[in-house]
Amino acid sequence: MKGIRFWGTRGSLPVALTAVDVRAKIVSALRGASGRRFASPAELDAYVDRLGISVAGTYGGHSSCVEIRTGGSEHVLCDLGSGVRPFGQAAMARHGLSPQTYHVFMSHVHWDHIMGLPFFAPAYIPGNRVVIYGGHAELERALRRQQEEPSFPVPFSTFRADISFVHLEPDRAHDVAGMSVTLKLQRHAGDSYGYRFESQGRSVVYSTDSEHTLTDLADMQSFVEFFRDADLVVFDAMYSLAEAISVKADWGHSSNVIGVELCQRAGVRHLCLFHHEPSYSDEAIDGALADARRYEEITRSGRPLLVSSAYDGMEIVL
Amino acid sequence: MEFSSTRFAEVIVATPVGRVDHTNAEKLHAALAPLIGRSDGLADDLVLDFGRVEYISSVGLRVLMMAAKQARACHSRIAVARLQPVVGEIFAISRFNHVLDVFPSVREALADMSAAALAAFDNEQKPGTR
Repeated sequence: MKGIRFWGTRGSLPVALTAVDVRAKIVSALRGASGRRFASPAELDAYVDRLGISVAGTYGGHSSCVEIRTGGSEHVLCDLGSGVRPFGQAAMARHGLSPQTYHVFMSHVHWDHIMGLPFFAPAYIPGNRVVIYGGHAELERALRRQQEEPSFPVPFSTFRADISFVHLEPDRAHDVAGMSVTLKLQRHAGDSYGYRFESQGRSVVYSTDSEHTLTDLADMQSFVEFFRDADLVVFDAMYSLAEAISVKADWGHSSNVIGVELCQRAGVRHLCLFHHEPSYSDEAIDGALADARRYEEITRSGRPLLVSSAYDGMEIVL
Repeated sequence: MEFSSTRFAEVIVATPVGRVDHTNAEKLHAALAPLIGRSDGLADDLVLDFGRVEYISSVGLRVLMMAAKQARACHSRIAVARLQPVVGEIFAISRFNHVLDVFPSVREALADMSAAALAAFDNEQKPGTR
C-alpha cells in the first residue's frame, strides 16, 4: 500500500465555491501582497504557498470518494460520491480504453455516497471490471434504483463494464487486490461500515458516517481496537463535539475531538479529518483542524498524533 | 477523581478533583445524580468548581451535558467555574462553552444565581481563596 488520494471529502451534499468566496480569496491574497515585490516566479509561488488552503485553495466540495493506492495494477476506491467523477476522468485519461479493474468498498448507500456512479465513465467502457463490495444486503438494489426513471435518464443496464457485487461479512479479514480488508459495523441510520486495509506492513482505516455516542464504552473500545496502530485513520469529523452529542445526536456523525481521543488511545500515527459539513467555509474547516491539533497537543501522553484535514485532491503517502 | 460538595443557601457548590476521562466519568455521573435528581422533581442550582480538574474528556463532557439537561427539566441551573487553562481550552475546542454557563470564579457564578447563596459564600470564605 503506497498511499491514498482524496477525490471527494464533503459530507451529505456536494458544494461549490461561489463568486463571492473566490473574490474574498483574491482580495485576501492581494492585501497580503501589498508592498511586496516578487523577483521571480519561485518567489511568487513561495508567497502563495504560505497563504494556506483557505486563501490560496479550497477544501473542495465533492462528496465522499477516496482512492487507496495499492501499488498494484488494480484500482481501489472507498465510496461512490460525486468525487468518483473526476477520479473516473483521470483514470480514463491515463488508461484510455485498456481494460481496468476497479474495486469499490461502500460505507453505506446514502445518496451522497452513491451519487457519483452514473457519472463514473469507466463503468460505460466494455472490458472494464467494477467490483462493488459492502456489508449491506440492499447494496445492488440501491445503486440500480438511483438510475431508475424518473430519478435519472440513464438506467444501470446502460453500463458496459462487467459490474458485480460482493457481500462482505464484518469482523473478519477478506483478501482483495493484495490487501487484507476488514469491515466494522458503525452507528449510522441504516448502518454503515468502516474498513481497515492492510498490506505490506501498512494499515489505513476508512471510518466515515459513524457516530460515537460516548455512552457505550465497550463500543468505543471496539473502535480503539479497530484503529489500533494504524498508519492513517480517515475519520468522520463533521461536527463539533457539543453539536455531535446534543442538537445533532443520532444524526450519525462524529467530531474532531472524538477522533483525536480514539486515535490517541489506539496509537494511530496520522488522523485525517473527513466528511466536512457542507455549510462550513474553508475558514471553518481550517478552524476545526486547528482545534483538533491543539486538542491533540494538550492531551498528548505518548508519541505525537499527526492531524490533517482532507481536501479534494489531497494525497497522503504512507 | 475525588468529589465533595458544600451548600450555600439554595445553591450547591460541587468540587471534583483530578482527571475526568472514560475510565472514571461514571463516578462523576454518580456523584452528580443525587444533586440534580431529587424525587420531588425539583433541584437546587449547582455550581461545579473546576478549579482542581486537570482534564476532562469527551465522555466527561457528555456527563456535564446530561446533567445540565436534567437540571433544566427540574427548572434549575448548572454552571461551571474556575476552569484551569487547559480545561478552558477543551471547553472552547469542544464548543461546550456554548452549552454550559462558564464563570471565572465560584463567587461570580453564585452572584449570577442567587443573592442569598452569594451572601452565604462571602460569609464563609476568606477573601481570595476561591
